[in-house]
Amino acid sequence: MTDVALSAPRSPWRVMAGRILTNPTTLAGVILCTIIVLGALLAPWLAPRDPLEQNIIDRLAGPGSEYLLGTDQFGRDVLSRLLWGARVSLLVSFLSIAGAIVIGGAIGMISAYVGGRFDLVTMQVMDVLLSFPSLILGMIMVALLGSSVTNLIIAIALTAIAPFARIARAPVLVLKERAFIEAGRALGFSHLRILLVHVLPNIVNDLLVMGTLWMATAVRTEASLSFIGLGVKPPTPTWGGMMRDGFENILDSAWLCIWPGLAILALVLGLNLVGDGLYDATDPKANAQ
Amino acid sequence: MISFIIRRLLASIPTLLAVLTLVFLLVRVVPGDPAIAILGDRATPDALAALRAELGLDRWIGAQYVDFLGHALRGDLGTSMVTHRQVWAEIADALPHTIVLTLAAMVIGCLIGIPAGIWAALHRNGTIDVLIRLFSLLGLSFPVFVSGIFLLIVFALQLHLFPVIGNPRPGDWIDGLHKLVLPAITLGIVMAAYVVRVTRSSMLQVLGEDYIRTARAKGVPRRAIIWRHGFSNALIPVVTVVGLYVGILIGNSVLTEIVFNRPGLGKVIVSALTQRDYTMLQGMMVIYCFLIVVVNLITDLSYGLIDPRVKQ
Repeated sequence: MTDVALSAPRSPWRVMAGRILTNPTTLAGVILCTIIVLGALLAPWLAPRDPLEQNIIDRLAGPGSEYLLGTDQFGRDVLSRLLWGARVSLLVSFLSIAGAIVIGGAIGMISAYVGGRFDLVTMQVMDVLLSFPSLILGMIMVALLGSSVTNLIIAIALTAIAPFARIARAPVLVLKERAFIEAGRALGFSHLRILLVHVLPNIVNDLLVMGTLWMATAVRTEASLSFIGLGVKPPTPTWGGMMRDGFENILDSAWLCIWPGLAILALVLGLNLVGDGLYDATDPKANAQ
Repeated sequence: MISFIIRRLLASIPTLLAVLTLVFLLVRVVPGDPAIAILGDRATPDALAALRAELGLDRWIGAQYVDFLGHALRGDLGTSMVTHRQVWAEIADALPHTIVLTLAAMVIGCLIGIPAGIWAALHRNGTIDVLIRLFSLLGLSFPVFVSGIFLLIVFALQLHLFPVIGNPRPGDWIDGLHKLVLPAITLGIVMAAYVVRVTRSSMLQVLGEDYIRTARAKGVPRRAIIWRHGFSNALIPVVTVVGLYVGILIGNSVLTEIVFNRPGLGKVIVSALTQRDYTMLQGMMVIYCFLIVVVNLITDLSYGLIDPRVKQ
């Protein structure tokens, strides 16, 4: 007889973490995002100067030893503004997508769970929201609400609610017919308890994976709105606003566009890489291969 | 086919009605008085009241809605509060420029994306596949205004191959094409990135089918397997993505038009936003949604042409 060594099954989270960390592209995304998040958190200590401090004598100075990445048209240090600007990008994109996940997820879950005409009408409204180009909807909302960090978060969240409602709805349509949900109903559990305790844990992975990918879209939308002049008001540093300032001086100082452009690209690429990795790690079809 | 088009058009009516309702509500539900937003805080109460009456904002909201819907359904989108021209006329002047840019970007996106996607699928997990996937992810990650500005810096400022400003001279086709290249590439790159991904995965799925193996076993030439048996069956998801992406292209064209200083809907909407031209904004939202409904309709119709099984 052969002895068979049985090991305790690894938790799904550890399996997923293992898959993510052994995938080089996902790891690259995790590293990119970590660097940017750390840069934003440690901005007060890492930034060489005050991001709002103007030194008109040194305006449009090129990258060098005194100003590592140069200065803008008001003589403000570009590196310091980049580090502080990361905070706005991360804050706006994270909170707007968190809001969209909560609101959109709740709409999709309830709509599928209730079903019938309620589901039909709710999804029709979501389809109408989806038929607006998200950037245009964001632009119009910010213009109507006025530009501030809070309004920017609301506007971007509004553009992402409908996709999350769709993502949450599809699995709930299948889940609500399963035996354990029926058992919950038979035991007299409230609808809220069934939704929060028994349905939500089954769809939370999908929502979080899509959330990472949508955060990349939110970073792009925030930067685009700031570039158009509808984002956070100056002099608060934002990457899109810095691109706008740089674009106005593109003939003399093209580097002013290059640094914030690369920063936006790095964050969006990092989030896309992490999102793709999470998607593959949670996709049963990919895991079966 | 005609009955399908009629059914599909009828199905679009509730969506368009819902869009009109949402547009109406969006402009009215948000906090703040449009009259103050237009005239400013220092406007006299009389001037504010006169403007509210002119805009119909002093009437019951239900009456405003019926009025708005009636005008919109007759194709009357109102008059611009700033230029006092018909909203339709303003949009009609700008729309052809945006359509030309969007179509050019679509062509570039497909010309790059489809062959690259097929190539990647044929070399699955090889160096070419990895490189194509990496470039596609990079393309997806570039916000349009960033890639536009980077292209401007390299090709216009450094290499002097293209003009910095993309406003074409009227009637000069060659000048128009020359100035269209950079903006169209800017928009086309992102589209190519989407098309590559979906073409690759769709081709991989089709190439794994039994009938492809049968074709190989029968000695059908490789080129015929790839294009006739493979690609023609992998086309539906690609067309779906192209159709969906046209909506994103229309949105992104705003940024491209700003970066390259081109005429188009982008410039009209930005000036309407900065000048708080509410009637123009309403009209623009309706037009954007109408364009997307039309694109979705064309996408649905194209399924019937690509795959005889969906004719029904």
